[in-house]
Amino acid sequence: MAEIGSFALLLALALSVYSFLAGIIALAFQNQVSQNQVSQNQVSQKVARQAVQPGSHPARRAGFAASSHENSLAALLRQGSERIGETARRAGIATFAAVVLAAVILVVCAFRDDFSIAYILHHSNRDLPGPYKFAVLWSGQEGSLLFWSLLLAAYGFVLRLRYKTDPRLFAYASVVLAGVQIFFLSLLNFAAHPFAIVQGTIPADGNGLNPLLQYPEMVIHPPMLYLGYVGFTVPFAFALGALIMKYPGEKWIHITRRWTMVTWAFLTCGVFLGAHWAYSVLGWGGYWGWDPVENASLMPWLTGTAFLHSVMMQEKRGMLKMWNMWLVFATFWLAILGTFLTRSGIISSVHAFAQSSIGDWFAWFLGITLAVFVFFFFKNKSHLVSEHKLESLVSRESSFLFNNLLFVLLCFTVLWGTWFPKISELVQGNKVTVGAPFYNRVAIPVALLLLILTAIGPLLAWRKTSIESLKRNFLWPVIGAIAIAVVLMITPQSWGSAFGLKPWRDISYFYSLMAIALAVLVTLTVASEFYRGGRVISKHTGQGMFASMVQLTHRNTRRYGGYIVHFGVVVVIIGFAGAAFNQDKEQEMGYGDKMTIGSYTLVCRSYTQDDNPNYGSEWAVVDVYKGGKKIDTMTPVREFYKASRQASTKPDIRSTFKEDLYLVYEGQNEKGQPVIKAHLNALVTWIWMGVWIILGGTVLALVPNAPAPVRIPAPARLERAHAAPVTTGD
Amino acid sequence: MRSWMTNSNPKKRPVKPPRKAAQTILLCAAIFALLGAGDPATRFTELGHQLMCVCGCNQILLECNHIGCPDSDGMRNELMASLTRGDNDSLVEQGFVQKYGPTVLAAPTNAGFDRAAWIMPFAALIFGFGLVVLVIRSWKNRPAPAIAHGLRPVRGAELEQFRDQARNETDL
Repeated sequence: MAEIGSFALLLALALSVYSFLAGIIALAFQNQVSQNQVSQNQVSQKVARQAVQPGSHPARRAGFAASSHENSLAALLRQGSERIGETARRAGIATFAAVVLAAVILVVCAFRDDFSIAYILHHSNRDLPGPYKFAVLWSGQEGSLLFWSLLLAAYGFVLRLRYKTDPRLFAYASVVLAGVQIFFLSLLNFAAHPFAIVQGTIPADGNGLNPLLQYPEMVIHPPMLYLGYVGFTVPFAFALGALIMKYPGEKWIHITRRWTMVTWAFLTCGVFLGAHWAYSVLGWGGYWGWDPVENASLMPWLTGTAFLHSVMMQEKRGMLKMWNMWLVFATFWLAILGTFLTRSGIISSVHAFAQSSIGDWFAWFLGITLAVFVFFFFKNKSHLVSEHKLESLVSRESSFLFNNLLFVLLCFTVLWGTWFPKISELVQGNKVTVGAPFYNRVAIPVALLLLILTAIGPLLAWRKTSIESLKRNFLWPVIGAIAIAVVLMITPQSWGSAFGLKPWRDISYFYSLMAIALAVLVTLTVASEFYRGGRVISKHTGQGMFASMVQLTHRNTRRYGGYIVHFGVVVVIIGFAGAAFNQDKEQEMGYGDKMTIGSYTLVCRSYTQDDNPNYGSEWAVVDVYKGGKKIDTMTPVREFYKASRQASTKPDIRSTFKEDLYLVYEGQNEKGQPVIKAHLNALVTWIWMGVWIILGGTVLALVPNAPAPVRIPAPARLERAHAAPVTTGD
Repeated sequence: MRSWMTNSNPKKRPVKPPRKAAQTILLCAAIFALLGAGDPATRFTELGHQLMCVCGCNQILLECNHIGCPDSDGMRNELMASLTRGDNDSLVEQGFVQKYGPTVLAAPTNAGFDRAAWIMPFAALIFGFGLVVLVIRSWKNRPAPAIAHGLRPVRGAELEQFRDQARNETDL
């Protein structure tokens, strides 16, 4: 099996190299042919005119024949280059088949407990449940690189199948993808081989999968994250292709935007699944620790989000062409940089892969891609000059510029914080820690500014917005937000976590109050946009308000899908704001012992142990009372995995809209009694709810617009019955 | 009663009301910010969140959650002892740095090269803001794009009229 897997990887590499080289040759020939053809056409038209004149000189007729011969040679050349291009495309498709074969073999080996393969030995064991054996594919260094390569090949497969959308642009993008694929397949073949054979005696059982990864979400989280990371290669491939070929018009940006949205949705899902996994498995009561690996996933998300906004400037106004190029490149580059951080061991992190030599490979790849992009950017940047004029400072264009500034600034802050320990070590000889306090102090104010822009942005029109209309549209949302803030301040704290917020008591309360008030502001502006649009349709069609709003959304899915995404973001922000009200308590709990936290009383009913082939476990049975009434029984667990000889805590979480009761079995005291840590985490459910809304909004934005009804005068109706449907703009 | 707007000493520069108001706001903000800061439990929580556990778990001291951690319990006790002794925040942090090294602090300090960590994002914000303003100004000062023959640019009052019409027809 290992031999077949190795062969499949080598074959995939060979096919990728062919796809890359043949693609370049085909494009070079096509460029040459089309350049020649332009000049040839001019010459042959002239010669033909002279040759067909009555009584023309024989030499002229001979010239015409030669010119025809050159034309047919050019046609032959064009045909040849098209054929080479087609073989390059097919080689790219075949690469996918070869990588799938390699991945399937690795998974089959995991299911067959083939411990002769070092990767399977180090990441699996006989008693590992089936789904986790499948997850072995991305659980270690080599397997995850194979998985990366598989996803890249899959994206390439789809792209190459859809080449008819724009054959030339897709051919360029295909070459760029093949170039990236060569890098990953080279890594797999020469630096991190997943089918490496164990030397010496083969052990009877494997070392097992890391216990932290033995959680259902871990079967979904890495694929989602990787779909996001890898997916950004596609917009980059289109952007670089468009830059190299000096693509005329903005069609490439339409194609790229859809790919970016899909990829962005995957990355969003991956990032939040990671946060949820950290919350549900790591047992420290939080969901985001500003760990370098977490930061690595956040950075491309931030620049990708900036691109999704600024791309509208290019589509609508033909502006920010250069900036968009850089944003697409930065997003791709940061995704690779994140992988470099995870794999190289250059920055210490709790969940990075083991340090290895592949860091050098990544560093070179990052350098080469940067050099290639910079070269073509400066070579062809004249093609990216925009000529549009800005009419007013108070316009959608300005808001997008500031929006992009803040996203990029946030990304820079995260990048700076992630690298600062290394920079500090180089400059002053000692490392420093850049943890949550740094990010909270620097990133939160910027995030709040972004929320303000999220509220104002949709109310601004393209080109120019009158202050009067801004005041008219903004007045009620502002009043609503201020009213909510006042209510939150003056209400008694006993009403719940977010009530009785006195911002002067603590800076975190101030941030929470601001975040909630701004979230309300954004929600009201979004609602007012739906309402006003719905009212217009309702007035013209006589439909009910809800039906009108549905129609409105369907007519411009991108705009209103985007608003739903904004609403999802504010729901997430409200969830984040809850962190200021978190409480925790730790206690040793024997039979019948009580602990009180918030409005809950916890009573330890029992504690016991269990054993199964994969792991042994200790757990406590805790009854939960509220207002003297039993409302639940919770069972926090601590597991000890036999193969890997590692322990893992699995907290038990009771979620409500208001707060999560989060119990962690921390271990046993010297008397054998469980030590329970209870966290009361406010508003956490809002975060997961918000993510669903964001994903729903993104899916909606991907749905094609419904055609708007066109009012046509009666006599003209028959003539125009077959006219193309009209769709609304953004 | 003497008005706060008059000044008996002509040599002294009169304090202008806006400045006085700003000073009052600043003072109130400072008082509010410092409210509760002296409470030992609050200080323990605050300082405990500014320190890292040194066992290698990469967690904030008060969030280190594993039983049998060789360091966190001892560190928490040291923190409590320092607060009980009446050490100020700076002294507590210095004590930890001397014992465990600079990585025990969860964020860079405000001294030496560490300052760069804090300055850089704000410098980037100012730089970026300036850049955006420059870009907007240059776009605004661009000459209007050429218009095809036969078309007349709509400007001023006429443009406003069309905008109003669009607004009325769409209610937007």
